[in-house]
Amino acid sequence: MTKPLLEVEDLRVRFHLRTGTVEAVRGVSFQLGRERLGIVGESGSGKSQTGRAILGLTPPPGEVLAKRLTFDGIDLLTASKRTLRTLRGGRISMVMQDPKYSLNPVMTIGEQIIEAYQAHVKASRAEAHDRALAMLEAVKMRDPGRVFALYPHEVSGGMGQRAMIAMMLVTEPDLLIADEPTSALDVTVSMEILRILDEFVSERGMGLIFISHDLKLVSSFCNRVLVMYAGRVVEELEAKHLREAKHPYTQGLMRCLPTLADDVHPLPTLNRDPSWAL
Amino acid sequence: MLDIQNLQVIFGTGRLQVQAVKNASFHVEAGESYGLVGESGSGKSTVLRAICGLAPISGGHVRVDGKEVTTPRGKAFYRTIQMVFQDPYASLHPRHTVDRTLSEPLAIHGVKDAETRILQALREVGLGPSFRFRYPHQLSGGQRQRIAIARALILRPKVLLLDEPTSALDASVQAEVLNLLEDLRHKMGLTYILVSHDLAVVAHLCQRLLVMRNGESIEETTSAALRSGQASNSYTQSLIEASQGFSRDAPQPASSLAT
Repeated sequence: MTKPLLEVEDLRVRFHLRTGTVEAVRGVSFQLGRERLGIVGESGSGKSQTGRAILGLTPPPGEVLAKRLTFDGIDLLTASKRTLRTLRGGRISMVMQDPKYSLNPVMTIGEQIIEAYQAHVKASRAEAHDRALAMLEAVKMRDPGRVFALYPHEVSGGMGQRAMIAMMLVTEPDLLIADEPTSALDVTVSMEILRILDEFVSERGMGLIFISHDLKLVSSFCNRVLVMYAGRVVEELEAKHLREAKHPYTQGLMRCLPTLADDVHPLPTLNRDPSWAL
Repeated sequence: MLDIQNLQVIFGTGRLQVQAVKNASFHVEAGESYGLVGESGSGKSTVLRAICGLAPISGGHVRVDGKEVTTPRGKAFYRTIQMVFQDPYASLHPRHTVDRTLSEPLAIHGVKDAETRILQALREVGLGPSFRFRYPHQLSGGQRQRIAIARALILRPKVLLLDEPTSALDASVQAEVLNLLEDLRHKMGLTYILVSHDLAVVAHLCQRLLVMRNGESIEETTSAALRSGQASNSYTQSLIEASQGFSRDAPQPASSLAT
């Protein structure tokens, strides 16, 4: 067993507000190797805050506490801002949910990829240009040369998301955190995006944290799944054993989805047990 | 109840002209629940918007109860057909209380007993009278969608046009809203037209459905056929496959075949 890429132990994210302290993440622990890890939960379960805390992107006045938060032996909590800057976008990168809001609207897609590349790798402009084009091709853009010169508002959601993935993968990171990368996309397009991510994991040995609310998608894509509820991990299981989930919350989530396979009327709803949140 | 024949919707003119709906025809019986499925840009939402007057009808016919709709739609039309929008965060006025949101259609149509109607509407969608004077930001996503449904139902329409009513909601909340919609349809004998990109949701709520792509109808099928995986059209088949989740050995995805 090689050393895990990312170790998280007892991660807590707190927000001190006028009305009191809200703990969005309450003691999350996991380890990640070069694999696909899914984090599933509903809105407000703390799944996105977990991903952001790893990158040090918790918005102020948020506070991140952990017994251990290390990436490849580097302690992310005590690391200098400078170290963090080289890690972020270089060795760890993040794909956000909505390409409309996370791409720079006044820069062409190609320029943005070049900027991301040159921020981390010492390369000439011509080299960076070639890398950016190759990357656009790697994410299966039909006409990379054309897309290179386009502005984000000129491309569709699926293409924007692919451009963002290209930008995040151009530095060949060891760890990619994907926060709902396909939620804003159509099913068939999201399958394409997943296939691209899948290739990077299996061919380049990248670690992937896939954050989503879609249990079905995560279980078909990831190796392992963490199910979060109210800031805690209520269950960790192998994705292929999702059907045998023990926790009533996971079971409830599975059952309340309408499926093509069976026809249940009315759909079972989730009865939230207050003890789950304890 | 509702008859759509060769509907066309064209936006813009000249070089900027876009044919959002090229040719769509379907017929919905009273009391039936009909689905429109497709990817973004397939024109499914535009069909709904054209029916209720939010998009122009550039060609073809939209008949309600055998009568051609007029432009602009009259009050009688909106007493028959109402719409529920996708995003409950965007479709309720942020500075109007639930009470004001619900009383507006009553005031426009000159309905007298607003008080009892509002309380009844809240009860129907499973919310108590305590929600009456709240603002949208004081409600959760599921509660907001219930208010949007109550707003649509308060004039006692016969047809509800549902544009992705649950896609902005969490899975467990989606189940609650789907159950509510099904319940209301049985109790009030409503007719639904449901637009969704989620095949499972459409199959759950509807008996018949139309698959759309690039503004054209591809195939009309039944949810029973969807469940048994019998789709004559390869595009429908690829949608069914994609809805089953990610698969590592899948063939080329459908969207790369054309567009």
